[in-house]
Amino acid sequence: MSHEHKDNVGAKLGMWLFLFTELLLFGGLFILYSVYLSRYPHEFTLAGKELNVVFGATNTVVLLTSSLFAAMAVTSIKRGEKKTTLSLLVATLACAATFMVIKYFEWTAKFHHGIYPGSPKLTAGPPGESVFFSLYYITTGLHGIHVLIGGALLAWIGSKVQSGRIHAGDNVTLENGTLYWHLVDLVWIFIFPLYYLIL
Amino acid sequence: MSSAESRQPIAAGFWGDTGKTGIGSWIFSTDHKRIGLLYLYSVTGFFLVGVILGLLIRLELMAPGKTIVDAPTYNALFTVHGVVMIFLFIIPGIPASFGNLVMPIQIGARDVAFPRLNLFSWWLYAIGAVVVLTSLFTGGGAPDTGWTFYVPFSARTGTNVSLAVFGVFILGFSSILTGVNFVTTIHRLRAEGMSWGRLPLFTWSLYATAWVQILATPIIAITLVLVIAERVLGAGLFDPGRGGDPIMFQHLFWIYSHPAVYIMILPAMGVISDIIPVFSRKPIFGYKMIAASSIGIAAAGSLVWGHHMYTSGMSDTAIMVFSFLTFIVAIPSAIKVFNWVSTLYKGSISLEAPMLFALSFVLLFSIGGLSGLILGAAATDIHVHDTHFVVGHFHYVMFGGTGFAFFAAAHYWLPKFFGRRYKEKPAIVGWALMFVGFNILYWTMQVLGMHGMPRRYYDYLPEFAPLNFVATVGSWILAVGLIVMLVNLVKGLKSGEPIGENPWGGATLEWQIATPPPTENFEEDPVVTRGPYDFKGVVKP
Repeated sequence: MSHEHKDNVGAKLGMWLFLFTELLLFGGLFILYSVYLSRYPHEFTLAGKELNVVFGATNTVVLLTSSLFAAMAVTSIKRGEKKTTLSLLVATLACAATFMVIKYFEWTAKFHHGIYPGSPKLTAGPPGESVFFSLYYITTGLHGIHVLIGGALLAWIGSKVQSGRIHAGDNVTLENGTLYWHLVDLVWIFIFPLYYLIL
Repeated sequence: MSSAESRQPIAAGFWGDTGKTGIGSWIFSTDHKRIGLLYLYSVTGFFLVGVILGLLIRLELMAPGKTIVDAPTYNALFTVHGVVMIFLFIIPGIPASFGNLVMPIQIGARDVAFPRLNLFSWWLYAIGAVVVLTSLFTGGGAPDTGWTFYVPFSARTGTNVSLAVFGVFILGFSSILTGVNFVTTIHRLRAEGMSWGRLPLFTWSLYATAWVQILATPIIAITLVLVIAERVLGAGLFDPGRGGDPIMFQHLFWIYSHPAVYIMILPAMGVISDIIPVFSRKPIFGYKMIAASSIGIAAAGSLVWGHHMYTSGMSDTAIMVFSFLTFIVAIPSAIKVFNWVSTLYKGSISLEAPMLFALSFVLLFSIGGLSGLILGAAATDIHVHDTHFVVGHFHYVMFGGTGFAFFAAAHYWLPKFFGRRYKEKPAIVGWALMFVGFNILYWTMQVLGMHGMPRRYYDYLPEFAPLNFVATVGSWILAVGLIVMLVNLVKGLKSGEPIGENPWGGATLEWQIATPPPTENFEEDPVVTRGPYDFKGVVKP
């Protein structure tokens, strides 16, 4: 098969369609959140207070910064600055790693307090609280998996930049990879206020 | 491909013009035709598995009490029949096999927009299928929840639900990626002159289907993840004892699974829209309305999931809204039926095998569609909910509809790709047996349901015995017809009479290129100057 007719518009169209499916995947969890919030407003408020706003806010800043680096990487590859692109991608990955480390501390702290899905403490507590934390773990867990996938994607793209297969004249793969990264960021921008702020 | 020699004297086409042979040239091929055939072989294989399971279910129900299997095995039988038929046959059935084979050629393209992604989709399908099959023989044994995986039972049963559900999750991604690929392909790769108003209606239906695949499938993916979370983590999101709500599972499940029936039926309608004009030698009646009604069905069909839940516990307002919307979906479906019938009017009709399957589609789909309205109306649904009436209705639209369209497509398009054709007479005998057996089987089921026989029950009252016996006999006639049809089809495609470029006198692009098509389909990029059903100057040999 010849792949000489590269269709960048088509590649981006396909990526955007795929991103819609990712949004809908999280959409199912947001539907459950809204239904259960309306059913257990009191328990949700109490349980939401137990989340650490400092951890959450720091992670929001970290992810937003990573998205900025990713966007700058696209600009710099278009200018043909291979070295800058690579360091920007490394910076993005560093932010992703920071995010996951903070998440790790946040989760383990909760585990120590006996708060995890199916834990004796939650099972004995009010029903709304158990639902809140199950949703919290599943939503942030699924998001964390997306951070890992996005990170792996950007690392793979970085290796292609390094080897020169992605360059100023052909960079749609990098652009699509960063689009995915922005999705990861965007989903978090909804998770953060819903779980940490408004309750 | 040792049979390649015996295939002379027809041209090699995509079967041999790259010079590559062996299994690797198939399972790692990015040619849309080879991938289409991979899908065709896989879905047909699983269809046969599903048929055997279905025959076993009917055999068990032939007489009251235990006939051949015990109750837990019976539960596993109808669950696996459903999972295999829905997720492994009918959802990928027409779009992934015939869509891949035909659609790029119909729009004048050399391949789909993302050929490697297309191959990846098939691999995901294959991996998902292996995972589902593994779940049958490992852990606590084959799932026994029914294909709907309803909680709380699916969260508690000791059978291997988690693995089966994970397999279906993977199959969902295969479906999504095919949808992304097809939408992009139809937007970006249409040949010069192939305007939206000149797209063959099969391609239009695939376009609508692809959007449903993209927009609905993620919801089932997350729902299945949540079922696994219920089982593995004890999340309790659907457990009323822990504050969860099982009704939420049903909502999420049907938000996908109702639109999914349009993933199953829309491409079938596209097949029929392409076949009827060719065998009537007349332009399709109401091209624009048929194309628009595909989009209409896809859009309205996304808003009617609640009609599966009239007895589950919803507000009366919700029930009335969902019932009203369900009746709205009937309108675009009826538009298609009326347009097909109008196309036949004063046409020069030739009753060859593809046309017979297409015409029986129109009849069987209409019966299934009308019985669907009985289920869509809340008042009558309460009566027949969870009875054999639902089973009969579903098989009328899915087997009588999509299944017969699948066979119509096989008889219509496969000769083009194999370069040889089947014998006409056995094809008609097979069709007739299937048509008769089908109606004996599923019409009886609808009657049984009206009399109150519940679905999924292992045993039943003696008063249902005579009709159950009749239905089982119908299933045997159907199976014999199926065997006649398949044997004739396979024999014909392997060693039948060679055919020319355009055996049916079709006007769409796939009939204007060599038989079998070469690897990149077109010698040079085509320029389209006429509509897909403009038969002026098209000669039928």
